[in-house]
Amino acid sequence: MKIVTANDLRSGAVVWWDGQGWSLHVDAAVDAGDTADAVIATEQAAQRVVSAYVVDAARDGAEVRPTHIKERVRALGPTCRLDLSLKPADPAAGNWVI
Amino acid sequence: MYLYDKYDQAMVDARVAEFRDQTRRRLEGHLSEEAFRPLRLQNGLYLQLHAYMLRVAIPYGTLSGAQMRLLGDIADKYDRGYGHFTTRQNIQYNWIKLEETPDILADLAKVEMHAIQTSGNCIRNISSDQYAGAAADELIDPRPYAELLRQWSSFHPEFLTLPRKFKICVIASETDRAAMRLHDIGIRIVRNSAGEIGAAFYVGGGMGRTPMIAPLIREFVPLDQLITYSEACLRVYNSHGRRDNKYKARIKILVHEMGAAEYTRQVEAEFAHLLTQGIEPPLAELERISAHFIDPAFVAGAPEIDLSNPAFAKWVAANTAQHKHPGYAIVNISLKPLPSDGKQGIPGDATADQIRVMADLARDHSFDECRVTHAQNIVLPHVQRADLFAVWQKLVAADLATPNLDEITDIIACPGLDYCSLANARSIPVAQKITARFAETGAALGELKLKISGCINACGHHHAGHIGILGVDRKGTENYQLLLGGSEGADVSLGQITGPGFDEDGIVGAIERATEVYTAHKQGGERFLDTYRRIGMSPFKEAIYG
Repeated sequence: MKIVTANDLRSGAVVWWDGQGWSLHVDAAVDAGDTADAVIATEQAAQRVVSAYVVDAARDGAEVRPTHIKERVRALGPTCRLDLSLKPADPAAGNWVI
Repeated sequence: MYLYDKYDQAMVDARVAEFRDQTRRRLEGHLSEEAFRPLRLQNGLYLQLHAYMLRVAIPYGTLSGAQMRLLGDIADKYDRGYGHFTTRQNIQYNWIKLEETPDILADLAKVEMHAIQTSGNCIRNISSDQYAGAAADELIDPRPYAELLRQWSSFHPEFLTLPRKFKICVIASETDRAAMRLHDIGIRIVRNSAGEIGAAFYVGGGMGRTPMIAPLIREFVPLDQLITYSEACLRVYNSHGRRDNKYKARIKILVHEMGAAEYTRQVEAEFAHLLTQGIEPPLAELERISAHFIDPAFVAGAPEIDLSNPAFAKWVAANTAQHKHPGYAIVNISLKPLPSDGKQGIPGDATADQIRVMADLARDHSFDECRVTHAQNIVLPHVQRADLFAVWQKLVAADLATPNLDEITDIIACPGLDYCSLANARSIPVAQKITARFAETGAALGELKLKISGCINACGHHHAGHIGILGVDRKGTENYQLLLGGSEGADVSLGQITGPGFDEDGIVGAIERATEVYTAHKQGGERFLDTYRRIGMSPFKEAIYG
C-alpha cells in the first residue's frame, strides 16, 4: 500500500494521512493509492503540513508497517528514548522498528 | 570570556525580530515552505525525523555559567527536558515547535547567544581547543583569534552563499584536541625561528564522504594579517569551488583537484592584493577582544590533594588534566555514562537538571566558565585542586562523574537514524551496546577513541576514530562498517575499513575481537592506535573475520 506522511507545520510532529486529515499514529494511515499526489498538493497548499511524501507500507490486520526502517523510526519515535515515543509504556516497542 | 558590545547585541536582536516576523508570516500562510525553509535554516532550525531541531551556536565551545543555565532552562521550557551537545561544540534540541522558536531565540539573545550560521553554506561556528586559556602546553590563548574570526565571518556578505558549508578551527598547542586538520581551514598558532607568534594555515581537510587531511599551505602568517589571509583562502574557494555537484563542493575537493601548490599560489596572489586593500581589522579591535580573555585571578594553592577515596582518585586520574597554574586542574565532565540500574546513557545528551548543575559548578568553581568539547563532553577549565573533591561529589550526585575520558566507552556518536533525517543507520543503540560490553573492562584498554556515524556525512567522526564505525543502509537493513587506525590528534590519520560490515550485534563482537588483538600484541605503554600502526591491519582482520 501507499501511505502519505508529512510533518505538522507548527509542531513538526510526524503525521500520516488517514483519509480525512492527519493522524500521529501510522496505524490510522490509509492506502492513498492514486490519490496520493492530489492529497499532497491539497494539504501542502493549505499550509497545514510540510515535507509530505509517499511511503510504501504493508497492512497486517490493524497494523500498518512502513517498508523502510527510517519510516518505522519516524512512526514510533527514537528507539533510544522509548519514553518519548508513541508507545512509552512498551519496553519492547523498539523491536517493531527493527 | 568575550562579552557582546552594542554592535554584537544589536545584530542579534535585529535578527530575532526579523525571524519573529518571518515565522509569523509563515504560520499565517503568507510565506510558502519553499520560501521559508532557507530563512529558518539560516537561524539553525532544521526539520528532522520527529520534529524541528534547533542548533544553537557556542562560539569556540566557551560558555558562561549563565549561558549554560539558560541552555538547561530552554530544554525544560521548550523541549523535552534535555539537550544534545554536538561534535562541533554546539547544542541541539530535538523537539522544538516552530511557533516557539522566536521566543527561544529571544531568550538566547538575552545571554548573548544565537543560532545564526549553524546551518547553510556559510562559515559555521569557529571551533577551538576546549583547554584554551588553561592548558599547560599552550603557546597563547587562541580564543581572541577565534573571536576575531567569528566577528569577521558573521554576516560576511561575500561568504554567506559559499559553494558549501565551511568550518574553521583555531588552536595554539602542539597537542591537537580539536581535530584541527580535519577542518576546511585549520589554524595553529605557532612561534617562528625569530621568536615571533603567527599562524600556520592548513587548508582543505574534512571528513564526510571524502575524508582528507588538510595540507599545510603556509607555515607562518603574522597575526596582524590573520583575517586578510583567511579572506584570501575563502576568496579562492568561492571563485573556484564547484557549485554543480554538492558532493564535490567542499574546499577539500578543490584543493585536491587543483593541487595544494596551485591553490596556495592563487591564495598568495589574492593575499598580496588584499594587503593593499587594508581589510585587516584595526589592532585596537583585537586588543579590545583580547582584554576579555585575560587570565582569571588565580590564587596560590597546594597542588597536592587527598586521594585516599579510591573512586575519587580514579576520577581524578581519568578526567582531570594538567592546568598551566599549579594550584588548578582542568576538569572533564563525561557525558558518556555507563549503564546503571538498567538505564543506558546517550553520548552527548544531558538533562536540563544536569546542565544546570554544570552551570552552577562553572559559576562556583571555574571562574564562571565551561566549555563544550568536540568529543561531546563538558570541561570546567579552571578548578582549584583544593576544590576537586567537592566538585566530584556534586558530579556524582548528578550522575556526571563517569571516569572514562578517552576510553572505549567515551564514545562520540552522532544522533543517527533515531533522530536525523540524513542517517542510514542508528548510532546510539550501537554506542549503548558497546558501552555495556566494555563497562567493566574498558578502563584496562587505556586510551581508545571510538567514534560512530550513522551515515557517510561523518558527524560522528568515524574516520578519525582509533576504532570507527560507519552505519550504512544495506538493502533496507542497518549494516555497520568497521574502521581502524584513525586519529584526530597531532598524529592525525584516517581509519581504514577492515572488510565486510556487520549487523548491530556483530559489530560489537568484532570490536571485542579487535581489542583482544591489541591486548595480545601490546608492547609497553602502547595505545591501541600505536599497536595497530606497528603491526598493521592483517592480525586484526584475521581475528575479526576468522
